[in-house]
Amino acid sequence: MNADAHEVHALSGAYAVDALDPAERALFEEHLASCAACRAEVASLHEATSLMGGLEDAAPPPALRDQLLAGIKTVRPLPPETAPVVEPTSVRTLPVRRWLTGLAVAASVLGIAGVGTIVWEQQHQSTGQLSVADRVLQAADAKRVTVTLPDGSSASVIRSISEGRAVLVAHDLPAAPHGHTYEMWLQTPAGKMVPAGLMDRGSSRPVLLSGDATTATAAGMTIEPKGGSDSPTTEPIALFDFEKAT
Amino acid sequence: MPHLSPVPSGEPSPEGTGEPVAELLRRCARGDEESFATLYDLTARRVHGLVLRVVRDPAQAEEVTQEVYLQAWRTASRYDEQKGSALSWLMTLAHRRAVDRVRAAESASRQDTTYHQRTHTVPHDTTAEAAETSIEARRVRTALAELTTVQREALELAYFGGYTHTEVATMLDLPVGTAKTRIRDGLIRLRDAMGVGQ
Repeated sequence: MNADAHEVHALSGAYAVDALDPAERALFEEHLASCAACRAEVASLHEATSLMGGLEDAAPPPALRDQLLAGIKTVRPLPPETAPVVEPTSVRTLPVRRWLTGLAVAASVLGIAGVGTIVWEQQHQSTGQLSVADRVLQAADAKRVTVTLPDGSSASVIRSISEGRAVLVAHDLPAAPHGHTYEMWLQTPAGKMVPAGLMDRGSSRPVLLSGDATTATAAGMTIEPKGGSDSPTTEPIALFDFEKAT
Repeated sequence: MPHLSPVPSGEPSPEGTGEPVAELLRRCARGDEESFATLYDLTARRVHGLVLRVVRDPAQAEEVTQEVYLQAWRTASRYDEQKGSALSWLMTLAHRRAVDRVRAAESASRQDTTYHQRTHTVPHDTTAEAAETSIEARRVRTALAELTTVQREALELAYFGGYTHTEVATMLDLPVGTAKTRIRDGLIRLRDAMGVGQ
């Protein structure tokens, strides 16, 4: 523990009453993912805050009940989070050549990306409190775009504007071709593709894209040389258009 | 010799709850609409009460309450009883949404000067007799009264007012950075006084 960690730890109470600004909240949630003591403290403080909340008592309008009961008929409950499964040992190879065609076109079409840090924020394994990825998935304003990849598997990107982040769910994505990696991008309203992380294969867990997704108009996935690129050098194998998100 | 224990199995349930909220949530996760209706009936007054207290505008509060329950339905499977009571999960979800709503409205109103003409504030008088007389509510009020003034004020401004700890510090003339400590200290005392979250 250093001084910074101590500072972060002290945010637990303000976090429990949602009194952090968005930057602090993000910082603390990153911290929570790796600090069991803070997770336990926040959980215990939430018991106290919910008692405070219980002091308030107001009947919602009767019509709300009917609306909700009708509304849930159209909403599918999310499946439980299951323990990570063992990755398959044999992976399908992808038709790489097909994607690599139009490489030059892609570079010109997609424009030049800003230089971003390429950090793949792998979700912390089920150690407890909600991770940022979980928050995105659970956000009421979470919108999902699902596309079919060239190999026939499907992948989804879920973006929550209130959380400001996006999450990739791609269980069946096969390993990237040798010497290559998958790179995710977030497209800015101006059309720039900003690096949002690298991955070598699909994950059984949702994966948080790096960077602020609040104003992103789309997310993309390309195959890049190992180590990633600052801007896409190949045609995207998947483009997740947030305008089509539901 | 038998002795009194605070709350059985750490599962606080609203008055008259025959069925633990956690079990209802588990059934919601399996798509059981009747359990959802029961969950709503058991918890709607306190959820809406909290949302209305934070949001204040009745029309917006109604929207938020609706969002809260839809989210609860959709994400019921993510509730983990190892991490706390089901009621706390639901109230935490409600509070987060209510606060996010007032903050969003606040930033929108900076650009939209007509906002205040459109919203109508109604006199705030939501605390019904039922809550006043509940034993739990009385214990919570007593525990809150035992906090230091600054702890209580900071906690209430943050929780019911939906203000950030930085805003709370300014409102209470506290040095920057100390409101978060007061809030945390106050919550810990409240938690320990109520014997929850152990």
